[in-house]
Amino acid sequence: MAPALSTNTSATTASATAAVGEDRAPATGVRIDHVHKSYDGRSVLDDITLDVRPGEFVCLLGASGCGKSTLLNLVAGLDRPSAGTIEVPGGRPALMFQEHALFPWLTAGRNIELALRLRGVPRAERRAEAERLLRLVRLGGSYGKRVHELSGGMRQRVALARALAQDSRVLLMDEPFAALDAITRDVLHHELTRIWSETSLSVLFVTHNVREAVRLGQRVVLLSSRPGRVVREWTVDIPQPRRIEDAAVADLSVEITEELRGEIRRHGRD
Amino acid sequence: MAGTETERPRTGEGSRAGDLAGGDLAGGDLAGLEAGLDALDAVPVKRTPLREVLLRKVLPPVAAVVLVLVVWKLLVLAGVTDDYKLPDPSAVWGALRRLWLEGTLFGIVWTSVSRGLLGFLAALAIGTPLGLLVARVPLIRAALGPVLSGLQSLPSVAWVPAAVIWLGITDSAMYAVILLGAVPSIANGLVSGIDQVPPLYLRAGRTMGATGARGAWHVLLPAALPGYLAGLKQGWAFSWRSLMAAELIASSPDLGLGLGQYLENARTDSDMPGVLLGIVLILFVGIAIDLIVFSPLERRVLRSRGLATR
Repeated sequence: MAPALSTNTSATTASATAAVGEDRAPATGVRIDHVHKSYDGRSVLDDITLDVRPGEFVCLLGASGCGKSTLLNLVAGLDRPSAGTIEVPGGRPALMFQEHALFPWLTAGRNIELALRLRGVPRAERRAEAERLLRLVRLGGSYGKRVHELSGGMRQRVALARALAQDSRVLLMDEPFAALDAITRDVLHHELTRIWSETSLSVLFVTHNVREAVRLGQRVVLLSSRPGRVVREWTVDIPQPRRIEDAAVADLSVEITEELRGEIRRHGRD
Repeated sequence: MAGTETERPRTGEGSRAGDLAGGDLAGGDLAGLEAGLDALDAVPVKRTPLREVLLRKVLPPVAAVVLVLVVWKLLVLAGVTDDYKLPDPSAVWGALRRLWLEGTLFGIVWTSVSRGLLGFLAALAIGTPLGLLVARVPLIRAALGPVLSGLQSLPSVAWVPAAVIWLGITDSAMYAVILLGAVPSIANGLVSGIDQVPPLYLRAGRTMGATGARGAWHVLLPAALPGYLAGLKQGWAFSWRSLMAAELIASSPDLGLGLGQYLENARTDSDMPGVLLGIVLILFVGIAIDLIVFSPLERRVLRSRGLATR
């Protein structure tokens, strides 16, 4: 029972996504439509069209200079596209960075409460909600901990809890586990998949780690570099829970890595 | 692997066995793995016991002061110079005792300290909004930034003659000199505090909806606090220095006897023990305010952020 792998080029994205409830109005999710972005006349993103369906987990993969982070900034509303449109119907998406970006002057719990406060949650409910979110990332006893008292993995879990506190329908993640050691990253992959499957979050996860992308995503989208273009995408049919060392994950990773290498080599010839 | 399967009540069937074992490992063992990682990686925070604090932080400066006194006494005993140039430490002690018995000691110190603190608070009230404007408004920064940095390196004694001509030998002249000395420090401290805020915090704040005034209040100002506190600390040092310079130069009987004027009176009387006592008292007040107010504040802020080195 080998997992079926189907690959589509970007041109056939629409037909590939039609299988899952296209008749319902897209309640939430992300719609990136022919987006261009250039800085000082240099094109960074070129004609990106990509949908993340409600509740879908999409990994964006690419080498340096593919504009992954730029694209996330655009979706997060921190920057505007030069052309094209981005729709995030669920409101302001939550964003997680490679660095935890927790505020060191607040405790773990207070960091989460700040997100709740900015969202407009009444004061009386914040404490309980923050503790619930900490329990969700398995850090029940860490409400009063200072950021510097937490390990790298714990910080990213608090950052995840803070992102969830925004109660967005869309979670954007910018290489959030890149700075962690392999075992910690493995644990966080598991936690993220668990939390994603318990909620109806749409996730757009940027990484340069092919295995990570295959381990986590329902779809993996490969971007080219300078400028960033959608080159190809893969639907990952390996059932969850996956493990990073699964043979099926490895097989698809090899295939995607080949494609990624080809993309990188292309730049050496220019 | 085999052991895991025999312990499980239901046996895996056929090709799914591998998947199930994987899923089980992910559910059960990963939680344990996670707890283990958390325990191993968490940074232990320990408080230093009082005895160690006394031994490491209180003893060395006390020993240094004692050493200075001993060297001083030895120099006097060796007779390196005339008595009126280098009096015995006991003569300085005698001068202190006399002030104490006359009941004027606290009056003298308080006259200067109250002026210094009041001037510092005024400098705080002016320097903080000024610093915010300079940090956040590019035009104001271009115009005032270099002026503020320049003023910071200008010794505030230089303002005393101008202040005396404008305002006469009055308390107002003293406060003017304090303000001109301390406002640039405080404003510059806030500017550099804000400049050093990692842009990541501001981005994180914006994605959570902390923009505009809410962003300033919840993210920008708390993030800039360490730099601001360093500015306040330096601002106090400048206030105190400027005040002493002003009191020394612009001394008048109408102004009430402060430390600077006490020092100046002792000089005119060729009262070397009094001069030395004045210097020691000025030094003492400067150190005491720093130790009582600023250092604990700064340490608390830095420690809560994991930035304190000691």
